[in-house]
Amino acid sequence: MQQADLTATSVVKRFGDHLAVDSISFEVARGSFFSILGPSGCGKTTLLRMIAGFLEPDQGEIAIGGLNMRAVPPNRRPVNMVFQQLALFPMMSVGENVAYGLARRGAGRAERAAKAAAMLERVGLAGAADKRVDQLSGGQRQRVAIARSLVLEPTLLLLDEPLGALDLKLREHMKIELKQLQAEFGTTFVYITHDQSEALVLSDRVGVMNRGRFEQIGSPQDLYYRPASAFVAGFVGDNNRIEGRAVAVDGATVTLETADGWRLHARRETAVAAGDAVEAFVRPEAATLARERAQLPPGQSVHEGVVDSLLFDGAKSAVLLRESRSRREIRIALPQTGQFADLRHGEAVFFSFDPERATCFAAAGRGGNGRG
Amino acid sequence: MTGRARPALSRRLGTWLLMAPALSWIGLLIVLPHAELAMLSLKAGSGAPQGGFSLAQYRTFFDEPEYWHTFVRTAWMSALATFLTLCFAFPVAWVIAKVAKGRAAAWLFLACMIPFWISETVRTLGWMILLRQSGVLPMLLTRIGLTAAPVELLYHDSTIMIGLIYTSMLFMIVPLVSSLQSLDDALIEAAYDLGASGPTVLRTIVIPHAAPGMTAGCIIVFMLTLGNYITPTLLGGKNSEWFTEQIYTQFITRFNWGQGAAFGFLLLALSTAMVLVGLRLSGQRFADVMGRG
Amino acid sequence: MIPSLPRPPWLRAATWIYVAAFVGFLFLPLIVVSVFAFNDAPYPAPPWHSFTLDWFVADGSTSRLGLFHDSQLLESIWTSCEVGVWVTLLSVSVGLANALLLGRHEFRGKQLLSVMMLVPLVIPGVILGISILAFASRIAQFGDDSLGLDLGFLRPGLPLVVLGQFSYIATIATLTIRARLARFDRTLEEAALNLGASRAAVFATILLPYLRPALIGTAAVAFLLSFADFNTTLMLVGGDPPLTVLMYGRMHQGATPVLNAVSVFLMIASAALALAMVRRPRD
Repeated sequence: MQQADLTATSVVKRFGDHLAVDSISFEVARGSFFSILGPSGCGKTTLLRMIAGFLEPDQGEIAIGGLNMRAVPPNRRPVNMVFQQLALFPMMSVGENVAYGLARRGAGRAERAAKAAAMLERVGLAGAADKRVDQLSGGQRQRVAIARSLVLEPTLLLLDEPLGALDLKLREHMKIELKQLQAEFGTTFVYITHDQSEALVLSDRVGVMNRGRFEQIGSPQDLYYRPASAFVAGFVGDNNRIEGRAVAVDGATVTLETADGWRLHARRETAVAAGDAVEAFVRPEAATLARERAQLPPGQSVHEGVVDSLLFDGAKSAVLLRESRSRREIRIALPQTGQFADLRHGEAVFFSFDPERATCFAAAGRGGNGRG
Repeated sequence: MTGRARPALSRRLGTWLLMAPALSWIGLLIVLPHAELAMLSLKAGSGAPQGGFSLAQYRTFFDEPEYWHTFVRTAWMSALATFLTLCFAFPVAWVIAKVAKGRAAAWLFLACMIPFWISETVRTLGWMILLRQSGVLPMLLTRIGLTAAPVELLYHDSTIMIGLIYTSMLFMIVPLVSSLQSLDDALIEAAYDLGASGPTVLRTIVIPHAAPGMTAGCIIVFMLTLGNYITPTLLGGKNSEWFTEQIYTQFITRFNWGQGAAFGFLLLALSTAMVLVGLRLSGQRFADVMGRG
Repeated sequence: MIPSLPRPPWLRAATWIYVAAFVGFLFLPLIVVSVFAFNDAPYPAPPWHSFTLDWFVADGSTSRLGLFHDSQLLESIWTSCEVGVWVTLLSVSVGLANALLLGRHEFRGKQLLSVMMLVPLVIPGVILGISILAFASRIAQFGDDSLGLDLGFLRPGLPLVVLGQFSYIATIATLTIRARLARFDRTLEEAALNLGASRAAVFATILLPYLRPALIGTAAVAFLLSFADFNTTLMLVGGDPPLTVLMYGRMHQGATPVLNAVSVFLMIASAALALAMVRRPRD
């Protein structure tokens, strides 16, 4: 790994009895895009505010660019932040917003204006310096907020769910734009989000956070295909969750039986012994759907189901069906060929999946919460 | 959680520094002066300077019919003026908040405020020119044959009442407008849609919603009316019999501070009592009501 | 009811007639005052004689003394302005300190203090006046008797008038500034810190510019209230009366239309101030 721009070592933060950040350690490599992904209340904002210096850790150290940040106030840290609601200064023009940090460093008027104009041009807002903030669109404001931080050439740019306030279409667009900006500037980005799709699309590495700890840190592909815990499997991407008991363990393959007698196979990701309570996850696109038993790939266990409803969503279309034995709801992605477009409610179908592509974990509460 | 913890000491110092002006203001201009006033009012007669405490000043008030008569009259007329102000202001506040749109509403609101940017003395001068025997209205009345000769319209109780309502109007309209503006039109439409008539909507939806604004307005208007001096003395002349005038007479003209202080406390007690009753009736907190003003 | 509901035409007409009458009622006294400022007669009363500017410009040679030559009136206007400026400065600065104290700091007794700050609004002005008068006299007396100090400013006079008016105008200043501060988005301050601003710079470049409209508005209101105050001033005034007190005295005696002339002058000044306030772009 390259030299780390951000290193956190055993960082702990408590609010009263509540342990918001529970001994977290991680590194972010120079020039990379790192996301912290987690549900609201998982402690990710607290972690970000400690990096920015608005909160001081109770224990542990944070180093930025190799320098220990303990007792360094927020205005002296080499980090800048894009706030959730952007926090653009409404009483200043766009140009003054971008030049604000330069002015605080004592840069002269001409230098500030030149740098601000150059930076605005780089983010595609050439000539907007004299506009008022409220004259800009949501996406433009986003870019001003980023420009305002990047003009200071920080070691680290923190982004606190900056896309949350945008509508869906613009959010998709800004995702791409953010990734391009990061590639262009080469600045290290630390990005906070609760939206797993943002984290997957944008990041080089993602830390999935839950209850103050990292469940897993890895590439988006790792998280998706090799989740380290049931929480990650359930939180990242769509998944069918099936809980039951392990009736047999054969090497990496677990045979799971639900309370109502449905049996299926999955690859185990944590230590599992026969008789343990387990949960398995099957991604919608990992399963194959067929009207006839014979059309399914050979060698896989065949399951039966009854169509509940068809969810048409273009390329993301899927079918919801009920497994015949357990009456459990299973979601299966539909192929793009359109061959299942005429499925009817109540129709009997068959499905199967490769046990290698289904993951199995000891049930939460017993097998531990994965890696820290 | 906001802001990074600054060193506790410098923050505490900041708190104390900021508290200094507030404490001096409240302590030196409000609390201590009223304590002084209370002591003055409890001092035994002006003849015996070190005579200890007595309720003599308050006894005088009850023994002398002129004094408590004036007091009761002031309270009663203030209450009436408050009620009438509410009745007259409500429809206008309603129009500003709900009926008129955009610029029209803004202009109307402004029109209601402009007269109050000018001192009460000027407005009272206007009423005197309008109402006195040689004034505009008596002349007009004679002209159109309603009265044989110009009549004196000043110095009646109803003149005082008009003047009081006039001066109080703004302080009723502003809280009314702001509380009516916060009422969602959809609630009115929903009530109407569910079969309520206009008066029923007013009684069951509008007035309960506007109650905080109405209370705020009434408290302020009552208090201002009770403490008014210019309007009753100029429009009522010798017949005004307003309690603030008694206080002035005792304090400034007769230099009888003990008696004046006692009167001041009685007026303060009345005004405080009405504030508390108003808050109790509408079930609100003092800070919330005042915060609206 | 509201426009989206059916209203009978008579009700609609009645509404607007009422509103028109109401506005007429509000403006009638002001119009009458203004008209008689230009009437060529020794008393502000009908009938209308002819137009004159005597009540503004006459220098006393024709037994008429116009506003611009009435030194007593001019002095009282000046006195009112002086008092107003002091009250404004005091109220705005104390109001700002109070708003910051209540909005940003936690301390024991905060609840009590914030209620106490509202109390002056519900004390009749006359009582504020006499209580401050009594207390100031006691201090002055004490200084005289025990310390041999001559604390003349605590005797009835302009310093006491300033303090008396300030005692309740400060409440209004606190309320307005605090209301704006409460709407302030504190992440703006964090953003500024994050961009390298010191605490002092955050205050000067973010918070003060944000509060500016409220500070200016408060200053205008404080000045107007001070200029118009009568009740408190009457109790505390010494030898040099501000305009309201002087006018009151003259109205008792039955004055010439020069008072109307002053009133016109005041209306123009207030209207100018009001227009300036309305024109200012709000945030």
